[in-house]
Amino acid sequence: MNVTIKKVNDITVIEAEGNIDSRTAGEFEKKAVEATTDEDKIIIDLSKVEFLSSAGLRALLILYRQVKARNGKIVLVGVSEEIQDVMENTGFINFFILADQIDDGVKAIG
Amino acid sequence: MATIQDKSINDIRIDYYPTHEHQGMKFRRGHALPFGAATVPNGVNFSISSSAATACTLVLFDRGADKPYAEIPFPEEFRVGDVYCMIVFDLDVERLEYGYRMDGPFAPELGHRFNKDIILSDPYARSLGGRDTWLAEPNWDDVYPYRSRLAFEDFDWENDHPLELPIEDLVIYEMHVRAFTRDPSAKVKNPGTFSAIKSKIKYLKDLGVNCIELMPIYEYDEWENSKPNPVTGEMLVNFWGYSTVNFFSPKAGYAATGKFGMQVDELKTVIKELHKNGIEVILDVVFNHTAEGDHRGHTISFRGIDNKTYYMLTPEGYYFNFSGTGNTLNCNNPVVRNMVLDCLRYWAADYHIDGFRFDLAAILGRAQDGSPLSNPPLLESLAYDPVLAKCKLIAEAWDAGGLYQVGSFPAYGRWAEWNGKYRDSVRKFLKGDEGQVGEMAQRIQGSPDLYFYRGPTASINFISCHDGFTLHDIFSYNEKHNEANGEDNNDGGNDNHSWNCGVEGETDDIEINFLRHKLIKNALSILLVSQGVPMLLMGDEMGRTKKGNNNTYCHDNELNWLDWTLLKKNPDLYTFAERIIKFRKAHPVLRSSTHFTHSDYVGSGYPDISFHGTKAWQMDWSAYNRSFAFMLCGDHAKRGIIKDDMIYVAMNMYWEGLSFELPQLSHDRKWHVFSNTDMPAGEDVSQLGREPLVQNQDHIIVGARSVVILVGK
Repeated sequence: MNVTIKKVNDITVIEAEGNIDSRTAGEFEKKAVEATTDEDKIIIDLSKVEFLSSAGLRALLILYRQVKARNGKIVLVGVSEEIQDVMENTGFINFFILADQIDDGVKAIG
Repeated sequence: MATIQDKSINDIRIDYYPTHEHQGMKFRRGHALPFGAATVPNGVNFSISSSAATACTLVLFDRGADKPYAEIPFPEEFRVGDVYCMIVFDLDVERLEYGYRMDGPFAPELGHRFNKDIILSDPYARSLGGRDTWLAEPNWDDVYPYRSRLAFEDFDWENDHPLELPIEDLVIYEMHVRAFTRDPSAKVKNPGTFSAIKSKIKYLKDLGVNCIELMPIYEYDEWENSKPNPVTGEMLVNFWGYSTVNFFSPKAGYAATGKFGMQVDELKTVIKELHKNGIEVILDVVFNHTAEGDHRGHTISFRGIDNKTYYMLTPEGYYFNFSGTGNTLNCNNPVVRNMVLDCLRYWAADYHIDGFRFDLAAILGRAQDGSPLSNPPLLESLAYDPVLAKCKLIAEAWDAGGLYQVGSFPAYGRWAEWNGKYRDSVRKFLKGDEGQVGEMAQRIQGSPDLYFYRGPTASINFISCHDGFTLHDIFSYNEKHNEANGEDNNDGGNDNHSWNCGVEGETDDIEINFLRHKLIKNALSILLVSQGVPMLLMGDEMGRTKKGNNNTYCHDNELNWLDWTLLKKNPDLYTFAERIIKFRKAHPVLRSSTHFTHSDYVGSGYPDISFHGTKAWQMDWSAYNRSFAFMLCGDHAKRGIIKDDMIYVAMNMYWEGLSFELPQLSHDRKWHVFSNTDMPAGEDVSQLGREPLVQNQDHIIVGARSVVILVGK
């Protein structure tokens, strides 16, 4: 599990690589929260993530809630079809804006 | 003053830290309550009780591992009464699978069947591993086949709340999760799953259903008693699921995400979506027995933890079999009673379930020696429980031990019943049996002969359900055809009260097929204009057939799967069902919560209900009579609070048409035809509010074996 933080214009892009599950969700959440403490435009790039477990989904939602609480915007990009299906089945998808690629994510944030 | 941000105060607790260590695992004394496994700061609290065990060991696995990674015997000082409890620290709750070994005597004659070689599933586990994907071949040599797991219990319900619809306003649709969308004709993503139900919400709403009753969704083992079909070689399985392995866990194999262990979130998402669309969810729950069978059965959980507590035992230590499935849960033992209560509270509070239908509920009123109790503590507890206060409680008021309590089930002002007498009376009447009009007059009124003090809402009216023939098959088969079940056609009931209309099974005969459709429409008409709560069986609105099989519990195939192409094959049935449901919902006079008084208490000039024959105001009660009519006075709707139309329903089950004299209307009201099942498709049922005027306001012809519904407005 690797987390890389980038900047595209004024948007913070968090790129995750590997599976986000109970073993890595804590680390992902910690790094993502640290990188976004004072940011209100955030993209999470999941194109290199194959699997999100229950804990992984919750880590994303916690991040979303924190950003939302300060009226920030958060967009998920590169979410595989299988992960989208899981998010749809478990209701998590309703909380997020999804975009295909980073460019689409930048547009979605506006 | 401490605040939420003031974490230092919250952290000042000395029980967040381990005091003991064993095999590298850190743990401490736990809390006796709640039972089960619950997350606490830094760890998980495990709690389980046994009245006769001499020792208990907690067994911990990583998800799917062949062998446990740790076994921690409960130190004697951790035991509180009969409860073994401890907190274990630093566990990966997402990957954890846990179980117990219980030591104690193996002495069946004394009721004890302990065996510490077996790893036992926690009766309070919130989810179960081992049958994660429907019919995926399990590891038959697994040392621990049904693995207790924790579940995330932090679902975001947003503003959801159980709907609490008045029970008299419900139109219940009994369905099987897998059968509903498994057939390719359902054309859904993830067919046969909880999630797929969401794709059919629009269908249910369009049909007018506002409550779905799910056949068992508690974790069961579809492989239980599986065997090849002697004729086709196809595997016969436990498809219906009336054999619970764990009462607190949803069936993982019904979840598209079961393989990821996310069935809890998935089911809750479906319930939330159904609620958003005005549809309640009732669960069919099976507290009369478990999947452990009789003395020859597998030990999964209860038997190895506290056999004598969980099961009704004969004096010799064998299992009473009031359920017909090998054992009987000892529901009126206080420990088991509390488990049932904890379980239902959990489903009501954590899953927002709107109600429960109790399979073979008469067993819940039996004492520990099997005798029927006049004041069964379990039923009373459920009726008065504050968490369940707004839940519908529905009893299947009989059991396989011969206790038949329709009309006499201990109700405490709360319980409704599957009205088996409604089903039987209406079926006999529909097929033209003599001597039924007296019974029928009771049934369409909400069975005041059975529920005089309880009111019509005690009566769940149904003509077909998962047990027995579908509505289509009631009028297509004289006899059951259960050969495919592999029991030489000896299983399933023989009292079907069915009539094949002249040919056994499918036919090309146009007249017979017209008659069958007409009889189905007659049934739908009577069901939806009866006082009480109507329940439809999944697919009856489109002419679903099970090919004459009246006990399809073991088929994971087209005998159970709903064939959605029937909507195109039988559009007239769907249209009829959809419009008659709308008709019921539009007319409060059909949905009374109190019984009729047979008097005019609002000064309308008409009694609330009146009975008629071929002559108005003259009902023929004689035994050979097969027809009658009744009229409801809309001014009496909801005890006179709401003004509704007059409704007149004429039912002629005689083999020739009859002329019915119509009661005269007052206040310039005229009779209009809502439905006439004798008419061809397209002319058999009106759109709501567009009912054509009856030309002759004095008489109508009601065709042979037909039902006519008129609206006076």
